[in-house]
Amino acid sequence: MNALIEADHLTRILPAIVPVTLVRDVSLTVGEREFVAITGPSGSGKSSLLYLLGLLDRPTSGTLKIAGQDTSQLDDDTLARLRLESLGFVFQFHFLLPEFSVLKNVELPMRKAGRLPASQMRDRAAGLLEDLGLAGHLDKTPDQLSGGQRQRVAVARALANDPHVVLADEPTGSLDSKSSDQVFTILRDLVRKRGKTVVAVTHDMEIAARADRRIHLVDGKVVSDERVAQARA
Amino acid sequence: MRLILELALIHIAGRGRQTMVAILGVALGVGFSIAMAALMQGTEKDFIAQLVDTMPHVQISDERRTPRRQPAEELFPAVQFEGLRPKEDRRGILNPAAAFASLQSWVPGRMAQGLRTQGVVRYAGRDVGVSIVGIEPEIEATVSSVAGDFVQGSFDALQAGGNNIVVGDTLAQRLGASMGTTIQLVSPTGQSRGFKIVGQFHTGNNARDESETYVLLKNAQILSERPNAINDIRLRLDDPEAAPRVARQVEAELGYKAVPWQEANESLLEALVVRNVVMYTVVGAILLVAGFGIYNIISTITHEKARDIAILKSLGFTQANMRRLFLIEGLALGMAGSAVGWLIGFLLCFALSQVEFKLSGAGVGRELTRLPLFWSLWHYAIASGFALVSAGVAGYLPARQAARLNPVDIIRGAT
Repeated sequence: MNALIEADHLTRILPAIVPVTLVRDVSLTVGEREFVAITGPSGSGKSSLLYLLGLLDRPTSGTLKIAGQDTSQLDDDTLARLRLESLGFVFQFHFLLPEFSVLKNVELPMRKAGRLPASQMRDRAAGLLEDLGLAGHLDKTPDQLSGGQRQRVAVARALANDPHVVLADEPTGSLDSKSSDQVFTILRDLVRKRGKTVVAVTHDMEIAARADRRIHLVDGKVVSDERVAQARA
Repeated sequence: MRLILELALIHIAGRGRQTMVAILGVALGVGFSIAMAALMQGTEKDFIAQLVDTMPHVQISDERRTPRRQPAEELFPAVQFEGLRPKEDRRGILNPAAAFASLQSWVPGRMAQGLRTQGVVRYAGRDVGVSIVGIEPEIEATVSSVAGDFVQGSFDALQAGGNNIVVGDTLAQRLGASMGTTIQLVSPTGQSRGFKIVGQFHTGNNARDESETYVLLKNAQILSERPNAINDIRLRLDDPEAAPRVARQVEAELGYKAVPWQEANESLLEALVVRNVVMYTVVGAILLVAGFGIYNIISTITHEKARDIAILKSLGFTQANMRRLFLIEGLALGMAGSAVGWLIGFLLCFALSQVEFKLSGAGVGRELTRLPLFWSLWHYAIASGFALVSAGVAGYLPARQAARLNPVDIIRGAT
């Protein structure tokens, strides 16, 4: 199993008059085709850990390798490039651009990467959205959609550049239970059918219970890391 | 790049009214500065044209820039002399015929020689001090603007038999004299002759109209008892701008003081420079204020779109991308403002050019005057250049701020 994410003694301290330790000495390895849930009480640093893993934030100490590449010495622009090409994000609030249509929101990362001709970008975006059951909504703006639909658009956007890893920060946090279930199924299918690795932060224990692997944080420290064997069968 | 442009346009369009205000701010700045520049340069050109028109372009007199070296200084190797009485030279331009001929060989333009002296006009028991200019009428007419300012008579009338004189109309009025009146002219040497008025001119310059008189050169020489003397050569050049160069060359060749019109009117021309400085300061201030408008809207957008910035950065847009995005927004406002400003400037210029007014006073009934406007593409280019620079700066400052934004802070804030 190739390690996609290798965290080694990651610590993140917010500098202040009284420094706040968000993430405390976390070491973990995430491989291909894993569905990892990070759980913990609020304020336990699970989102902070996700931002570190997603290269949105830099650790105060410790090293992080993404697909074998050490990221601690990279400059901001290179990190941005890595985020663009190898990582996908889904946040609690969909974080779609309100002025862009659904289709354009999904095209956005592809246009930024600029690897495909315009017509292929469109086809790929439309394909992703159709796979996620949004075939009829391509030209709507995000505020014309329901919460669950928006979150699915966000997932489609995260997949736009075909990353290895999708990072989700409370992806079901603002959804009702039916929509949560849908989004969860979609995330799980990313692992099962598309071979992605998904790391999701959640406080929903029901969802966490259905993940392949559960990492539990308290006060920024990993207190348990268990794999659920039967889920991989 | 197209993506950034698209985002920029969406941001701007999302703030319709504020955008309009910012664009209008720039537009007014650009428009007013264009109109002002046209007016300022127009009046300046008009003013200089009048100067150039009424004055000789170069005036050569019998003075020298530096006192002549005295024979004693040539003879004795002393450092300094005390109480030396200068040798009295013959007054006037020495050997005028040769000097005039040598000038004629190279000066690009026309020239007239004359003898200028002071005198008193005596008529009906009144004495008025005047300057007497001895001229050759047919040449003078080609050099002097007075030839075109005659109310009655002309220079040519001087050549009719007898002693004739041309005076300014104000002088004639003060004396109570009119065409055909014979007035008494008294020179500093005590000579006194009767002259008949055969012409009156009105230059619009009061000092000249009430104290300048023209007689034949021959008569001036007789009055001042200086036969064949010349103390005044006036040049009218084909290109007035060449005056300083010609004047320098004349001084080098003849040794006499030659004053170009620029030097004679130095203080006026300096005032014009000051006026331009004032204008550019005011215009700059207007555009600066417009820049603040742009700064305001761009920083409002960056605050409002903080979430978009976080999204874009988390997706993999770089700081430079974000900076460019907001810089483009600032420049777009600047450009739109410039374009509208051109229109406003053009319309303002047109409106100003329609304004007519009558010159009060003088009572001469000079014709209706319009504001002189000078139309130049440069005004448009400079004004929008200024506007774009201030828009760029005004966009860049908040852009830099926005680009530094840490997406994590905003994502955290949203939860």
